[in-house]
Amino acid sequence: MSVKMQINGQEVQVQAPPASRLLDVLRVELGLKGAKEGCGEGECGACAVLVNGQVVNSCLIPLGQMDGAEIVTIEGVPGDSTLIQAFHDCAAAQCGICTPGMILAATALLAEHPQPTIDEIRWGLSGNLCRCTGYGRIYEAVTQASTGDTHG
Amino acid sequence: MAEWLRPRHMNEALQLLAELPAEQYQIISGGTDVMVAQQLSAPRDIAVWLDLSAIPELKTVEVTTEGIRIGAGVTLSVLRRHPEVQKHWPMLAASAAVTGAAPIQNRATLGGNLCNASPAADNAPVLLAYAARIEIAGPNGTRLLPYEQFHLGYRQTDLATHELLQAIHIPYLPAGSRVYYRKVGTRAAQAIAKVGIAAWIHFAENQGIIAARFGLSSVAATPCVLPNVSEYLSGKRISNIHESMIREKVSSDIKPVDDIRSTAGYRLEVASRLVWEAIHCAQ
Repeated sequence: MSVKMQINGQEVQVQAPPASRLLDVLRVELGLKGAKEGCGEGECGACAVLVNGQVVNSCLIPLGQMDGAEIVTIEGVPGDSTLIQAFHDCAAAQCGICTPGMILAATALLAEHPQPTIDEIRWGLSGNLCRCTGYGRIYEAVTQASTGDTHG
Repeated sequence: MAEWLRPRHMNEALQLLAELPAEQYQIISGGTDVMVAQQLSAPRDIAVWLDLSAIPELKTVEVTTEGIRIGAGVTLSVLRRHPEVQKHWPMLAASAAVTGAAPIQNRATLGGNLCNASPAADNAPVLLAYAARIEIAGPNGTRLLPYEQFHLGYRQTDLATHELLQAIHIPYLPAGSRVYYRKVGTRAAQAIAKVGIAAWIHFAENQGIIAARFGLSSVAATPCVLPNVSEYLSGKRISNIHESMIREKVSSDIKPVDDIRSTAGYRLEVASRLVWEAIHCAQ
């Protein structure tokens, strides 16, 4: 099946079986390895990407549904973005496996709630598991990105 | 290579469905259960996929004078945020918000949650308590079925081979109604329910119970109602309701099992306490 998508602002045409997981298409066909496979069943969020502005698990999306979709992966988030800067400043990444998904989930959260409360941050990132950094620093980074406040 | 069919209209979907080879096709919408099943255990050999995600008719939410009609393809994110759902059917906004987490709710549909037919489906108890009806489309037109009659057995539904779930209808509640929803799981997000409960209790002005209806998940082979509890409560004042009787009635209404998430004993205990809490704390 041939599917045309826009990935990180660029038109991309992919030829692959229709039930292929978007995650595999991104990583294997397109070499975009920012999205990770954690659980492979939609529970950990390591494979999270944005599809038409919404955070989704790319391991649960068949290619057949992606014709005309606008997709953003971590590779499409500028390295000097406020959010990535805030993750740096707050030391909100340790092993880094969850980080791309966290940043994309936070991007969707901040688009809906530019000044999120701590409960909204917890909610917005509730589909993303972190097993080493701890959520405190990640929540701090999202808060910093939303307010611009840096604290040491 | 498997074939991928993506109709734009219900009529087209029904026509395609009527011609598909039995056993070798898979219907998909949000994919949050179907894609997991394809990856874990033994994936089926699927020749044709019928993708319902591009049918606008399935994505509509209509509020009428009688209640609300929710297209089967409406996502849980839409329901969680919908102002009318929040106002008139708060249990549905609540259950949508605890199904998986945000990335799941952005894809998963209400119709999918019902057709997947898991006894642990998070939105099923709510639809049972609200006495929802479901609209089923088939080759000979549509039919309305009380949702309570939809689940026939473990993972078995009343849908015939060439039928599709089209919409869910929920009526307004009468004045004096109070509701209660709670999901008990290992953690707030992502967990599959050990027990889920939705309750509708209709109080008279003198605070007696006119009628009550409960929906539960994870306590039987299908999402289920509690007919004996409802009968016991009907016409009673709260002060005349006894905890031991609730326990006895709940025990006669549910058939919990031991599984990886919990035990039958825990489920009976928690279900009884949740019914008790619903009677006293419904709002």
